[in-house]
Amino acid sequence: MSDPVLATRNLMKSFGALKATNDVTIDLRVGEIHAIIGPNGAGKSTLIGLITGNLAPDSGAVDLQGREITRASVEHRAHAGLGRTFQISALAMEDTVLENAVLGALGASGRPWRFWRSVLGDPDLTGRAMAALEQVGLADHRNTVCRELSHGQRRQLEVAVALTLEPKAFLMDEPMAGLGAEGSTTMTGFLDGLRAQAPILLVEHDMDAVFALADRISVLDYGRIIATGTVDEIRTHPDVRSAYLGEDA
Amino acid sequence: MIAERHINWAVIALFLIIPIGALLLDEPFTITLATKAAVLALAAVGLNIALGIGGLVSLGHAVFFGLGGYAMGILAFHAQTYSPLELGPLTIAGTKSMPVIWITAMLVSALIAWIIGLLSVRTTGVYFIMITLAFGQMFFYFSISCSAYGGEDGLSIYVRNGFPGLNTLVPIQFFGLCFALLCIALFIFARLRASAFGLALNASRQTPARVQTVGLNPLRMKLVAFVISGAITGLAGALFADLNRFVSPVMFSWQLSGELIILIIMGGVGRLMGPVIGAGLFVILEHWLGGLTDYWHVWLGAILLGIVLFGRGGVIGFLTGKEGPHV
Repeated sequence: MSDPVLATRNLMKSFGALKATNDVTIDLRVGEIHAIIGPNGAGKSTLIGLITGNLAPDSGAVDLQGREITRASVEHRAHAGLGRTFQISALAMEDTVLENAVLGALGASGRPWRFWRSVLGDPDLTGRAMAALEQVGLADHRNTVCRELSHGQRRQLEVAVALTLEPKAFLMDEPMAGLGAEGSTTMTGFLDGLRAQAPILLVEHDMDAVFALADRISVLDYGRIIATGTVDEIRTHPDVRSAYLGEDA
Repeated sequence: MIAERHINWAVIALFLIIPIGALLLDEPFTITLATKAAVLALAAVGLNIALGIGGLVSLGHAVFFGLGGYAMGILAFHAQTYSPLELGPLTIAGTKSMPVIWITAMLVSALIAWIIGLLSVRTTGVYFIMITLAFGQMFFYFSISCSAYGGEDGLSIYVRNGFPGLNTLVPIQFFGLCFALLCIALFIFARLRASAFGLALNASRQTPARVQTVGLNPLRMKLVAFVISGAITGLAGALFADLNRFVSPVMFSWQLSGELIILIIMGGVGRLMGPVIGAGLFVILEHWLGGLTDYWHVWLGAILLGIVLFGRGGVIGFLTGKEGPHV
């Protein structure tokens, strides 16, 4: 087994007396989708914040490709190869689809300090952006203003922007959120193929999607990982059944 | 609905036709009014970079307008009194040369904008407005207490500063100079907005979290925008002082900062020609309504209210039928 692409080691984060993240050690390996599930308030958002760099842990560490990034800024983590998507689409709504994707390409290029030349006239950036849009199937909508996209298309664009970074690992915060059954199926099919490009740490509420996609699942409850295993192991795990899935699952 | 491009050219054409017509009809005061509109427009084009693209609602841009004004006033004062400016070990001779004054005004404004920006761009909303307002008041009261340069009475400069090859005392020539600078600033604004920096700045206004996630620092984008913005408004301040041949603390007043915002909102926030249309309207209303009633601000307020309530995109938004960026 090769080294994990993304890993956390004994992460701790408390808010007052509440241990929102309690000794969490997980890893993400090459080619896999590792899903993190847990009931509301289990600490998923806190864990995401610690991995993205929006929150600083009380103790423990985060590693990306064997390098510690525990104290690195959000921007630095992006350059180091972490591509994230947001639960609620954080897109520039007044800009076009292409402009949103070019922003990602611009970030990846690390050269935003150009004040004169037209950014959409830069074939390197637009090429990279268009490749990502084609991959998610939004190339035909490149000139649509983001505000006019459907909810499902916004989710796709959200993924496309992360793709322009050519990340080493994806961190996806509920990519299925708000998608209908059909949209959910499309997105599931898409993420299925994406894992070959870079592994995905998937935080998701949609159990059908999780069971269809995940190579491994970790269950978070009261800030702790109570179980990690394959889909079948998690389905039958007694603690998980009581904590999350309910007795009928 | 009219395409924005056509509106832009129509505005530029009007801005040329009116003063030229006034020249032919021998109405120098109209040329002076047009010059005032061009200078205010230039100041607002500067603010539009921070406000319209970057979403920084600065209620302290009069700081840069005033700094530009005093850069002109102080340099010209030392030139007309033949007394060099002593800054510790440094001795600086005054000057009556516009290019030197302009560069000084822009450098000083950029430096102060950098300092104010460092302390303020991480705040948003009402806190940013309050911090920039506070800086504005600091400069206002400092200029009042600075008796060496006239204090509350301001500073008169008897002869307008010179520009190589021009007689700046001829109204149409001074207008041409101001209008040329306005056009350059508009060109810079257009290029900047379409550039890599413009894209990132525009996104920093709309979704800073996203900008961070792609590996860029939205605060640094805003800081640089604030510096460029301040420099352009500073240049306008130097021209404004030269137009009036007078500088006073009023140039630092928060009312002036407010007026700059108002004329951008009237024209269209974030639009290339928004500040130009706004400044044109403002000067026309001030002159025309001001001739009818002393309480013309009430009517200006009513017009502004109408624009804000019924069309978020200002005059350009109304004409093109497209809403402008949200700040």
